[in-house]
Amino acid sequence: MSEQPLWKQIQPGGIGVNPGSTDRVQTGDWRTEVPVIDFERCTHCMICWVDCPDTSFEVADSKLVAVDLKHCKGCGICAQVCPVKCIDMVPDSAADRDTEPSENGAG
Amino acid sequence: MTLKLRELSLAPDLFGNGHGLCAGCAESVSVRQILAALENPPVVALATGCLEVSTTRFPDTTWKVPLIHSAFENAATTIGGVEAAYKALVRKGRMEDRPLTFLVFGGDGATYDIGFQWLSGALERGHKFIYICLNNEGYMNTGIQRSSATLLGAWTTTTPSGDARSGKPEWHKDMTKIIAAHGIPYVAQAASHNWKDLMTKVRKAEQADGPSFINVLTPCDRGWRFEPEKTMEVSQLMVEAGLWPLYEVVEGKWKMTGARQKKRPVMDALLSQKRFSHITKNADDATIAAIQAKVDEEWDALLALCAIPDTQ
Ligand SMILES: Cc1ncc(C[n+]2csc(CCOP(=O)(O)OP(=O)(O)O)c2C)c(N)n1
Ligand code: SF4
Ligand code: SF4
Ligand code: SF4
Ligand SMILES: [Mg+2]
Repeated sequence: MSEQPLWKQIQPGGIGVNPGSTDRVQTGDWRTEVPVIDFERCTHCMICWVDCPDTSFEVADSKLVAVDLKHCKGCGICAQVCPVKCIDMVPDSAADRDTEPSENGAG
Repeated sequence: MTLKLRELSLAPDLFGNGHGLCAGCAESVSVRQILAALENPPVVALATGCLEVSTTRFPDTTWKVPLIHSAFENAATTIGGVEAAYKALVRKGRMEDRPLTFLVFGGDGATYDIGFQWLSGALERGHKFIYICLNNEGYMNTGIQRSSATLLGAWTTTTPSGDARSGKPEWHKDMTKIIAAHGIPYVAQAASHNWKDLMTKVRKAEQADGPSFINVLTPCDRGWRFEPEKTMEVSQLMVEAGLWPLYEVVEGKWKMTGARQKKRPVMDALLSQKRFSHITKNADDATIAAIQAKVDEEWDALLALCAIPDTQ
């Protein structure tokens, strides 16, 4: 859990000053299934990227590189929309994760 | 106008991650697609709803664009004020004159119901902005209450289903047609499963000479009672059954942008959502027949507006 700001640090009008700062919230903790991509078959069409509700595909130079496991909620949309069906949803267990559960966005 | 996903994926995302929207929520899918389609830097106003509440949890924000929130009902007026203030500051030489896109995201509750007069006024005053309605057919953020966008027969927490009642008794308001009657330069209906159609419409709205409005069907897995991975499929079924036709009205000219023929009976779409399970359990249910009859009637009326002969 990151530190809450002191009242003196809050901007007048409650203006947020850290664009995209929910990035620190580990919504990957919600997941019960994880997408596994067969990169041998992936055509880098980017349809999974454009349909992901959680901005959870890492892309470099127009190529799909990885799933952002800190944020992916395991909804399974990507596996449904992939035209070549190269994404498998497999059961995920917290024990497989290399990060400690942190603030999970609940509440 | 070209829309190539590989090229679009090179640009940094303007909507981040770590937000609190449900897994599989269509709202963030459409918001990401809309922001990615824009050619100008956006300035965004939000109405209260799932999107605003889940992406702006103080002191954090999911957004990487200038964003203003005031209340549930008046996002259209707020962006109208922002647009007018920008023009005034440019006129006084206090801000650089560059193309910006003023944008509103409001839910169906915010748009069809509580924000209706505010939106109507801002459109009539001719502010140059794009209003996006994220239509999930209910007040989802406060616990799935009915709105005037909710389909006939749908279960919500305020239109229960049981012995005495069978979901929502009324037909919904046709908001897109009502907005088209304002005579603004660009009006359209889109749905979250069809990124190309939605993004093309956003680009046209951005080029429009005046206010524009896009009503986007954004299925809510939580409120419509379906599994999160089915969001795109449900959206597609709604369109294919004629429950949400894809079309645009450009300078008063109506045009279908999706199929000109309905591909399926409404039952196919209703079966994909458990909010209709009390009526779909009986194929002869009178509400299903009523929905089908009304959809057929509205489809014919839309074809007539688009001056496309009905070939069915
Ligand atoms: C004036 C006012 N009335 C009621 C509310 C409570 N409220 C917050 S969000 C919401 C429902 C939003 O529904 P909708 O606009 O359809 O957005 P959704 O959550 O479905 O995306 C309500 C009733 C409020 N914030 N302000
Ligand atoms: S499972 Fe859902 S959240 Fe995860 S990468 Fe796929 S579409 Fe995105
Ligand atoms: S949708 Fe499938 S083929 Fe296309 S980029 Fe994603 S994983 Fe690769
Ligand atoms: S309740 Fe519905 S609209 Fe709200 S976040 Fe969940 S899926 Fe999205
Ligand atoms: Mg809603």
